[in-house]
Amino acid sequence: MPAQILGTDIEQYLDAHERKSLLRFITCGSVDDGKSSLIGRLLYECQLIFDDQLAALASDSRRYGTRGDALDLALLVDGLSAEREQGITIDVAYRYFSTDRRKFIVADTPGHEQYTRNMVTGASTAEVAVILVDARHGVLTQTRRHTFLVTLLGIRTVVLAINKMDLVDYAEERAEQIAEEYEAFASRLGELDITCIPLSAVHGDNVVARSDRMPWYAGPALLEYLETVEPRRPPGAAPFRMPVQTVLRPDLGFRGFAGPVVRGTVAPGDRVVVLPSGRTSTIDRIVTFDGDLAQAEAGQSITVTLTDEVDVSRGDVLASATEPAAVADQFEVDLVWMSEQEMLPGRSYLIKLGTQLVPGSISKPKYRVNVDNLDRLAATTLGLNDIAVCTLSLDRAVPYDRYADNRELGGFLVIDRLTNDTVAAGMLRLALRRSTNVQWQEVEVTKQARARLAGHQPCVVWFTGLSGAGKSTVANLLERRLHALGCRTYLLDGDNVRHGLNHDLGFTEVDRIENIRRVAEVAALMVDAGLIVLVSLISPYRSDREQARSLVEPTEFCEVFVDTPLAVAESRDPKGLYAKARRGELPNFTGIDSEYQPPLWPEVHLEMTSLAPEEAAERVLLTLRERGVLPS
Amino acid sequence: MLSHLRQLEAESIQIIREAVAESEHPVMLYSVGKDSTVLLHLARKAFYPAKPPFPLLHVDTTWKFQEMYAFRDRAAAEAGMELIVHQNPDALARNINPFTHGSSVHTHIWKTEGLKQALDKYHIDMAFGGARRDEEKSRAKERVFSVRSAQHRWDPKRQRPELWQLYNGRTAPGESVRVFPLSNWTELDVWQYIRAEQIPVVSLYLAAPRPVVERDGMLIMVDDDRLPLAPGEQPVLKSVRFRTLGCYPLSGAVESTASTIVDVIAEMLLTTTSERQGRLIDHDASASMERKKQEGYF
Repeated sequence: MPAQILGTDIEQYLDAHERKSLLRFITCGSVDDGKSSLIGRLLYECQLIFDDQLAALASDSRRYGTRGDALDLALLVDGLSAEREQGITIDVAYRYFSTDRRKFIVADTPGHEQYTRNMVTGASTAEVAVILVDARHGVLTQTRRHTFLVTLLGIRTVVLAINKMDLVDYAEERAEQIAEEYEAFASRLGELDITCIPLSAVHGDNVVARSDRMPWYAGPALLEYLETVEPRRPPGAAPFRMPVQTVLRPDLGFRGFAGPVVRGTVAPGDRVVVLPSGRTSTIDRIVTFDGDLAQAEAGQSITVTLTDEVDVSRGDVLASATEPAAVADQFEVDLVWMSEQEMLPGRSYLIKLGTQLVPGSISKPKYRVNVDNLDRLAATTLGLNDIAVCTLSLDRAVPYDRYADNRELGGFLVIDRLTNDTVAAGMLRLALRRSTNVQWQEVEVTKQARARLAGHQPCVVWFTGLSGAGKSTVANLLERRLHALGCRTYLLDGDNVRHGLNHDLGFTEVDRIENIRRVAEVAALMVDAGLIVLVSLISPYRSDREQARSLVEPTEFCEVFVDTPLAVAESRDPKGLYAKARRGELPNFTGIDSEYQPPLWPEVHLEMTSLAPEEAAERVLLTLRERGVLPS
Repeated sequence: MLSHLRQLEAESIQIIREAVAESEHPVMLYSVGKDSTVLLHLARKAFYPAKPPFPLLHVDTTWKFQEMYAFRDRAAAEAGMELIVHQNPDALARNINPFTHGSSVHTHIWKTEGLKQALDKYHIDMAFGGARRDEEKSRAKERVFSVRSAQHRWDPKRQRPELWQLYNGRTAPGESVRVFPLSNWTELDVWQYIRAEQIPVVSLYLAAPRPVVERDGMLIMVDDDRLPLAPGEQPVLKSVRFRTLGCYPLSGAVESTASTIVDVIAEMLLTTTSERQGRLIDHDASASMERKKQEGYF
């Protein structure tokens, strides 16, 4: 920077610098991945290190460094002494550097076990994530974890920085192998823009300038990329939104509403609606210290006046009258628990959403997400760093946007009413339909009443096992027996539901989970209707089956493990699927290239190698009698 | 697309409005320096056409540059804001000064203790400060809203996660929050903004011939007759300016000919020493900022 300005007109240079853009990004990785070296390198190369800092760095490098007599750039960012680090429970370090084209704000998050809340905090304001991997180790569990967390927070633009290329001889095959593996995993997380950059932070290869040690790499160096990338933003038109922070009344003649434009644009003459009241008005002026504006855009902090005397106060949202924000009081939310005191379902917390502060409570989690493998786990509460899907119920209806559409009106804080601590952060997925003015209808005819009429208790009989294990055969036989006994039954068959209810789903892990979730919900409804529901579904993951179990009463779920060894099932292969899978024509086939997790404590364990199908059905029937589903 | 300066400006205004809305007795700590000056400018923008709904608080040590006092009174009057000046009566009575007591004691009693007294006296529950995260390594992790106990202590365990543009400024009785709207600004951003907005700053930031003496390798300006001179020591007239301003006996000047804001920025782009080097208080101990923060200093 200095060398360049010497010869140029400083005024011109500064004018140009005033118009620079700003990019906020997050770096994820551990010290072992060379993250500190990478950030240190960026700061160093952008000449943000002053002489006195450099002198300190040289002496620190000799004392604590790992690079012999050379400068250890990592010490620029993690040189804090141990006692300083102590007790800092949430430590996202923010760092700043700029080039002639852009200013950068880096949220630098550590990769150690406190990672979740730090990373979630850092990612909340970032538009791009730089995820580091060590070229020697490739994609690790933590890489997947970091990627999941940044996408959970809405980042859709990801750089995979394949660091330490010097330690793998700058080998193209290695970089490609890692990139492929990563892209295969990341494709499960939805639409992402992924750029893989092989580099060496220690030697500076492909960090600031392209390295001639990797002539095979045709993409940009990291800094070049960061200077030019346009982060992927929510698609579609963005209607105007402005949460009102304060009402300005300097004198009787002026009433202005101040707040940030968090989405869209606004101009005098625009029709707006005040939410939640629903009153409409028209923007009269956009007033600023520097004069009135003809238009304002997302990112600006403004003050507007309206043409009518409508009631507006802090907490309200001004929104486009043609595309207003929705108003609701119950939501399905992603929740990240950030406190050491655990979440208490049903307890009253304060929810801060936009400029609104509303009392609300959180349901028992629908499920918790294992961030290492995205498994869904049953949970009754949440502890520090847990991530879960829950229902949020507010004491009154509030205007909102879905988080995927608008972070600023879809992200919220959960505040403990006694300590005032921020204990969690959450993201609105969707409003629950019953909240739009539909109260939960208390029904007169209860499940028990229906059961009395039917003469048996309702129940889900869940058959799980490999493809070709005999689930459908046994389930069919059982249904015939139950029907003959006068029971009200229904059979939900995995293949059949894919023709109708779930015809939009494929066989990726995400789709399989959704497939099972829908079947489980339908089964629960049918139990409520008083039926004995037979579900025949491979349902390979334990967590999904546990989820299905959690939807009904403990006595109403009967897990049947149809246990046929893989070799036997494959030799039967009634639908020819194993043969196809072996030929590579059926990816993600359970037992071949996708895992089957057998039940640990099934209600019925059918070892099919020693049981005829009729005997198996009889065993299940017996169990239903023992469990009181059928009168004995 | 907004430029980086306009984005920083909008973010700071949003923070200022939010902090005021969530507090009952807000105040802006005003130190007359360039960061305070930018902060005051942003506060005026945040509430325009109304006046910022809080007073300025200057925790005075009686040892600031004469020009700073004049500038302070003018700035408050121009903004139409009330100015509270607090001088620690205990420090006044004991005549605490940097020469007899050393920079560390001087700063602690006048500034740290003085600030606590003022916050207690006026029941302040939220105080704006002009600190930036880029000033010092230990500040990189500081929150925008920093919670302080009733004893004004900074407890690392009580600091709250900050996501999106959402800040939690809630306090229990006696507790307070320090809010730093300039957290994401760098020194260069501050100067560029001063240039872009043509904000007047104390002229001590610009080079001019000033009488100085050399102390411990630093150039100290002889601002009044309270600076003890060694036998035979004569102030020399040098073209100097200040990169940071505080108590004049503790503020080191740099030799410079940069007499305009543009010159200052050009010099800064070429300079090779960091801003805080000119502050004597930071040299006492390497972890001194961290300790001062815990004690209640900014």
